[in-house]
Amino acid sequence: MRRVFVNEEWCLGCHLCEYHCANANMGGVTAQDMVRNLRGKKIHPRIRVEDGADGGKINFAVQCRHCYDPMCVKSCIAGALTVEDGVVTHNPDKCVGCFTCVLTCPYGCVMPDGDGKVVQKCELCLRNKVGAPACAEHCPNRAIVYEERGTL
Amino acid sequence: MAKKFVIIGNSAAAVGAVEGLRAVDKDWEIVIISDEPYHTYGRPLISYLLFGKTDEERIKFRPDEFYSANGVTAMLGCTVTQIDAAAKTVSWSKDDYTGSLQYDKLLVSTGSVPFVPPMNGLETVPLKTPFMKLDDAKFLQEHVKADTRVFIIGAGLIGLKCAEGISKLTKNITVCDLAPRILPSILEDELAKIMQNWIEQNGVKFMLGDTADKFDGNKAVMKSGAVVEFDVLVLAVGVRPNVALIKDAGGDVNKGIVTDQFCRTSLKDVYAAGDCTESFDITSEQAKILALLPNAYAQGYAAGRNAAGLEDKPYDSAMPMNAIGFWGKHILSAGSYIGEKHEVFGDDGSYRLICRDAGLLKGFILIGGNDIHDHSVLDRAGIYTNLIKDKTPLDTVDFESIKDRASLKGFAADARKKKLAGVER
Ligand SMILES: Cc1cc2nc3c(=O)[nH]c(=O)nc-3n(C[C@H](O)[C@H](O)[C@H](O)COP(=O)(O)OP(=O)(O)OC[C@H]3O[C@@H](n4cnc5c(N)ncnc54)[C@H](O)[C@@H]3O)c2cc1C
Repeated sequence: MRRVFVNEEWCLGCHLCEYHCANANMGGVTAQDMVRNLRGKKIHPRIRVEDGADGGKINFAVQCRHCYDPMCVKSCIAGALTVEDGVVTHNPDKCVGCFTCVLTCPYGCVMPDGDGKVVQKCELCLRNKVGAPACAEHCPNRAIVYEERGTL
Repeated sequence: MAKKFVIIGNSAAAVGAVEGLRAVDKDWEIVIISDEPYHTYGRPLISYLLFGKTDEERIKFRPDEFYSANGVTAMLGCTVTQIDAAAKTVSWSKDDYTGSLQYDKLLVSTGSVPFVPPMNGLETVPLKTPFMKLDDAKFLQEHVKADTRVFIIGAGLIGLKCAEGISKLTKNITVCDLAPRILPSILEDELAKIMQNWIEQNGVKFMLGDTADKFDGNKAVMKSGAVVEFDVLVLAVGVRPNVALIKDAGGDVNKGIVTDQFCRTSLKDVYAAGDCTESFDITSEQAKILALLPNAYAQGYAAGRNAAGLEDKPYDSAMPMNAIGFWGKHILSAGSYIGEKHEVFGDDGSYRLICRDAGLLKGFILIGGNDIHDHSVLDRAGIYTNLIKDKTPLDTVDFESIKDRASLKGFAADARKKKLAGVER
């Protein structure tokens, strides 16, 4: 299965992926959608850029790793997180917003949504209109890639 | 003939066992026997059901086809009355019927039972219930009306979740606890006070350091002498592991059922998992009752896998872990609060405690601020949880960069690469 990976040494720390992620998950596809969706708003992306690792030299983006053995799924009290064809998927309709998954995700990649009533997580844009990870598609330096890799 | 795995209980640990076993085996026959007549549901969701955040359809812990897809025969509404470990059978009853069932491997996942201390005159109270099961929520749904006076005994997680659950049905809720503070087993004084104020602002009245001494119909006389009149009584003093079947069969029981790291009880071919057992807390290195759903599921998962004969996955990562929220204010906590403390009280009503001892992260408590839309304090808490669980030496992590905000950038480059450049777990 393809997943999203970041090549740390190429990440510019521009945070553009965060805007594309937020837009895609608000139903947007185009640049016009992005203006309409995000102008003047605090964004709640599912990918997060971490700046200044290794003494300030390194930036990198991180989002759901789609673990083989996902702690979030195994600890969900509502059965709202499942694995669908390898993709860790969230059902906001079943979620009660207890945040047990926030407490258990080793990567810090399941997070309260903007409203805080339920959580949100990366689903590789497979269930929004973009259809493939918007972060990877729009990364200006090709630091974020969508590809198949093995375990390390 | 296919071997038979019999599971007593139909909740988190039982579902974990089915999924754990099926992950490694397709042939074993699986039978679930449980006394609740319902499709498996998320037990903690009963308060959200009352609150109107979910409904009976959506509280299902697994989809409708769960049993058929996993080749499970579900005997629901059946109570197991006895285990005969020598004959490898369990006896059950349902209404007027009784029967017995042979097993090759047995899993006991009977959960918790409410603990009710002796209280004079309790039998004279017409409307009373614990708050453990879907039927208890249905009872409250039926009996709590706009001005019903509800009296809850116990200000622990279950009592307070009940209060929140019914808070849209009635505004007349009083909670008492013999302890001088709320959530006594989870929070210390000052933090308990923060949560108490918050819950009071949401309309709940407290009587702390006091509990009911005797009842007379709809009246409680408190230890202090105060008198409380109520219409519905909720008994939420505490829970105990449900150990009866194993105890009667001669298995080892301390506070909970004793199991080894492969979830085996002292009885041959009998496993146990979930709230009914005693767990080994890796942070305090003590045996503890960890009545928590993630723990129950993980233990059940390991038990199912081991029962299939693999016995390659010890269950050795248990620790206390709580995600609790009331009216939008959340507490995330894990581990033990020992060693050196880093503590921050935020101006926004938030709180952060990070504890480290002997070079390891040992525990933390994060409490959200008073703006229920701002969750920044809770952000990425799982990174801390896993530092504790993995016993990551803190000298390999830039602790200063993560103590006020969890992140992965404090990890060394090679550790980060391992986490992010491939598929780790
Ligand atoms: C109101 C409430 C809120 C909670 N909130 C949280 C929370 O936010 N987070 C969290 O982690 N945990 C929470 N918990 C705890 C959580 O629900 C339990 O840890 C979890 O359900 C344990 O799962 P289990 O499978 O071990 O047992 P249980 O869920 O207790 O299930 C055991 C089942 O076995 C059945 N059974 C028992 N004896 C027999 C018998 N002899 N024959 C047949 N069937 C039998 C019982 O009826 C029951 O259906 C909450 C609990 C309650 C009550």
